Amino acid sequence: MAVYLDYAAAIERYGKGEVNKLNIHDATAEQITALGKAVVKEKYGNLFDMYKQITGEDPYEVPMRIYPAVHYTMGGLWVDYNLMTNVPGLYALGEANFSDHGANRLGASALMQGLADGYFVIPYTIGAYLANEIRTTHISTDQPAFVEAENKVKERIAKLLAIKGTQSPESFHKRLGKIMWDKCGMARNADGLKEAIAEIQALKKEFWADVKVLGEADEFNPELDKAGRVADFIELGELMCIDALNRNESCGGHFREEYQTEEGEALRDDENYMYVAAWEHQSDSKWELHKEDLVYDNIKIAQRSYK
Amino acid sequence: MSQGNMRLTLKVWRQKNKKTPGRIETYPLEGISPDMSFLEMFDVLNEQLIAKGEEPVAFDHDCREGICGMCSMYINGRPHGPKDAVTTCQLHMRSFNDGDTIVVEPWRAKAFPIIKDLVVDRSAFDRIQAAGGFISVNTGNARDANSIPISKDNADEAFSAAACIGCGACVAACKNASAMLFVSAKVSQFALLPQGQPERKMRVERMVAQMDEEGFGSCTNTGACSAECPKEISLEHIARLNREYLGAKLTSEKV
Repeated sequence: MAVYLDYAAAIERYGKGEVNKLNIHDATAEQITALGKAVVKEKYGNLFDMYKQITGEDPYEVPMRIYPAVHYTMGGLWVDYNLMTNVPGLYALGEANFSDHGANRLGASALMQGLADGYFVIPYTIGAYLANEIRTTHISTDQPAFVEAENKVKERIAKLLAIKGTQSPESFHKRLGKIMWDKCGMARNADGLKEAIAEIQALKKEFWADVKVLGEADEFNPELDKAGRVADFIELGELMCIDALNRNESCGGHFREEYQTEEGEALRDDENYMYVAAWEHQSDSKWELHKEDLVYDNIKIAQRSYK
Repeated sequence: MSQGNMRLTLKVWRQKNKKTPGRIETYPLEGISPDMSFLEMFDVLNEQLIAKGEEPVAFDHDCREGICGMCSMYINGRPHGPKDAVTTCQLHMRSFNDGDTIVVEPWRAKAFPIIKDLVVDRSAFDRIQAAGGFISVNTGNARDANSIPISKDNADEAFSAAACIGCGACVAACKNASAMLFVSAKVSQFALLPQGQPERKMRVERMVAQMDEEGFGSCTNTGACSAECPKEISLEHIARLNREYLGAKLTSEKV
């Protein structure tokens, strides 16, 4: 399911431009190609090197094989305009929050939100919270909330280590990834998502009954770390499927096969789904949906088209 | 992950923690694909170890795209292995031959104590960075583009310094375990740009002082650091660091 991305034409075009700039009138094809490659190298050299290293093919010479892949998880923690989450004093910056990238997250913009939040927002907003805390002295870890949280983490670690099953955390991660890739990928449908939810719930049960975590709790233990993460990924994967099943429209990175135009473009349902959603954890496999309506005063909502 | 038929013998440094003596363990490995990265090959090894009930090899990794600077294996006597300008995660098994014996060790330097197996504590770099590797300008509103002109040469040179990912290969490659290449890159990226001017002298003095305090060795201009650097940071930055340091020491009022 890959497509080819061929730079040959671009190399020739850039090369001819360079030849013009340098006033070379009788440029050979080799000269044009060499100059064109130099322009491409200046623009994309690091990416081309990376591609060559991964695939063993030279993208300056042969077309690149590219395919869609999971980039980042879109969305994140709910925050207010000051970037504070619903936990007072806990701020979430960059793509850990939901604020700028919603249903659609454009590629190659990984740094944008981190820079914008860190550079232009938080220096001016966190002071409002800290101003009230300036006289707060050392907070004791004997407080019930701390003790409760600490015990919860300790219990979870002990539980993971006590299972002593037969399958590694990595193997569960791979199986979860396969379910998500097959059924909650760029194109998904209701049947697939329902299957995925059932499969992930079964995987969760199996994980907590049969995961094998070697090593001990009180040492540097990457396996324990991984097991904890995979346990979280399983929950997040389940929630992503529930969310995708809930949203009966196609929008941004969420393409529901049932909702498309005759030409195969995403078909939104602004009547029912023009909102940003946040899911609040209730209990195992239970989340509550909170909606924030999207209100546009200055622009007219239209369909995005690349044609 | 694709299946393959490369057979390898791995000799890997195993060490429970800083206080326990380490040793080289030998692991035969089969079914390795030439398209796997070096770290994916270690994933395969670890899955086999887990299946046998043995503790997997601890190694640092994160992005696996050559950007984060976490991977840090000393492969066949070279940091990040046999290829130039490549991190361990971007090193692929096609760079090795079927039947090869590969020796993998952690970074070795007094300032990088072992945590476990191939994982070393590189927080000394963080402390050097925290000592001066920042700028402290108020950002205000977004400025107009091009309001501070920066020459292409300076921009390119600052960028080439900023390409440092702080992996520590320079320290591992150096016979003196010197951190000069790392510090020079971090000093250069700011010294070359207008935004870096307010703290210019203080920065270089503090960062060098912290580098010395961490126990890194001195620079003898051998150049192994630059030769092994996955981001090809140039020795010219060390020359600039020396000039910056000398200038700061001669003229600054306080540290």
